[in-house]
Amino acid sequence: MKPIALIIRRELAAYLRSPLGWVVAAVLLLIDGLAFNVFAVGSDTARKSSEVISQFFFFSGGLAEAAGLFLAMRLIAEERQTGTINLLFSSPVRDYQIVLGKFFAALLFLIGIHILSIYMPLMVLLHGKVAKGHLVAGYLGVVLMGSTGLAIGMFASSLTRSQLVAIVVGAAISVALLLSWLLAPVTDRPFDQFFSWLALWNKHFPSFMRGSISLQDVAYYLSMTYVFLFATTRVLESRRWSS
Amino acid sequence: MIEVEDLTKYYGGKRAIHDLCFRIEKGEIVGFLGLNGAGKTTTLRILGCLILPSSGVVRIDGMDLADSAHEIRKRLGFLPDTPPLYDEMSVQDYLRFVAELKGVSSKNLRRYVGDALATCNLNEVAADNISTLSHGYRQRVGLAQSIVHKPSLLILDEPTSGLDPVQIVEMRELIKRLGGEHTVLLSSHILTEISQTSDRLLVIDRGKLVADGTEESISQQAHGSAQGGVLELEVEGDGDSSAEQARQAIGRVPGVIVARVVSKQARRARLEVECSDDRRSQVARAVVESGLGLLLLQRKALELESIFQRLVHPSHPQPPST
Ligand SMILES: Nc1ncnc2c1ncn2[C@@H]1O[C@H](COP(=O)(O)OP(=O)(O)OP(=O)(O)O)[C@@H](O)[C@H]1O
Ligand SMILES: [Mg+2]
Repeated sequence: MKPIALIIRRELAAYLRSPLGWVVAAVLLLIDGLAFNVFAVGSDTARKSSEVISQFFFFSGGLAEAAGLFLAMRLIAEERQTGTINLLFSSPVRDYQIVLGKFFAALLFLIGIHILSIYMPLMVLLHGKVAKGHLVAGYLGVVLMGSTGLAIGMFASSLTRSQLVAIVVGAAISVALLLSWLLAPVTDRPFDQFFSWLALWNKHFPSFMRGSISLQDVAYYLSMTYVFLFATTRVLESRRWSS
Repeated sequence: MIEVEDLTKYYGGKRAIHDLCFRIEKGEIVGFLGLNGAGKTTTLRILGCLILPSSGVVRIDGMDLADSAHEIRKRLGFLPDTPPLYDEMSVQDYLRFVAELKGVSSKNLRRYVGDALATCNLNEVAADNISTLSHGYRQRVGLAQSIVHKPSLLILDEPTSGLDPVQIVEMRELIKRLGGEHTVLLSSHILTEISQTSDRLLVIDRGKLVADGTEESISQQAHGSAQGGVLELEVEGDGDSSAEQARQAIGRVPGVIVARVVSKQARRARLEVECSDDRRSQVARAVVESGLGLLLLQRKALELESIFQRLVHPSHPQPPST
């Protein structure tokens, strides 16, 4: 366990000291704020508070996924690029500890950014009525989207030394998952269900958006995160000994 | 301490090292010597548990590297050819991180980091960001991270590369001080560099071990005979023929293979004598008995670089290395 804590600490400090962390935080909060003003609050027609909050979580979820990709792109590619991975690989640290340490550091940073966004739903809370459960469910969904994005991004990052390639591959995987429900109507029986289940957003996120927590959807995001972290570990394992 | 048998490594279809066999005892400082692309880094990376060999056995402290890599990594300090530094950290934070990663207990942490900073003369820059350091200091931080947990085995890939002459001397002193306490393996392609620090040299040429031993024993190996070698002498005589006279006298000594005149002056001559074993006293007597004066008689120390060149046949083209 100790190495995981050590890696979390180091990676968190790296986000706080590097421009990447702050750029991602600033861009995310900026877009989030803009979208909130334009789409959620800024329309002429009077709307229910809960509708505004749903809107807010709608784009927050997407942004969290994208931010996850950007935060994760450096995690392994950069270490391979600069050769610091040799330090980890020649130390008594297991591959899964490296992966988990890096993942949780990025997740904590991402959660930190979202804590800064909480003023937006609170503004709605001041002027209208919003169930607290709605906020909890929404933020849970956002964090789960973010963690899936991080896991996908980290998997992409483990495949290459180039952070640019990592972000492109990560985005491609995300888009493929996002659109996988399109395959459902054109495939046969067991697969159509699988493809519609696989869809990153349209099947699983709306319930969080509306303020309900369904275990099935939580399980979906957790298993996506698990699958990509597991794949990352396997890639690391196979790369470790080969070059 | 380290036993290596038939170590072979292929990169794809390309053989980087081929059937290496050697033993290294505890506390030894061993230098790996070879031209670019000879396979030094490959060998050290295998010993550093970074890559697996294609075949062969490596045992460190009796443990097989293939089975017990995790255990071996605990007692291992490794400096790769580019030091693995996190640029955004300060020197002391970085050393602390490495020490903890290697399993140094929190009780010892401060002391160990302090020791590493002192050993590598890094105290002035301890609080500086690594990204602001000069190349030489980065190399020193790299060395510090490899010794911070006081490992029993220390592997340094080209520790002096890119250092200025003063720093090279410092690094050399430092490595010498580390021997005894640590087993140290280091690599270089510069012979004079490495022969001064190492107790023993392993010369690698195109993936094969071509010599193993102390500087002296390797130079003898290069001569092809254990005891013999080349003698250098200077004689003094009256006439023009004194050089020729000395050559013939020496040539009659049993054990002398060939004697030749290297240079001639008015009254003096320099000769070189190749013999099968140590015949210095017989050669001296032969010169004196033939009525000439003997000014100088010594074993000729073959230049290290030429020994090295004899061993590695640089006439073969080397592939460019990364
Ligand atoms: N990752 C790799 N993939 C393919 N070939 C490699 C790889 N690493 C090394 N090689 C090849 O293996 C051979 C030995 O390389 P190695 O790096 O061990 O040499 P070296 O003795 O350290 O050389 P140098 O003095 O230049 O550092 C070279 O021919 C090199 O091209
Ligand atoms: Mg090398």
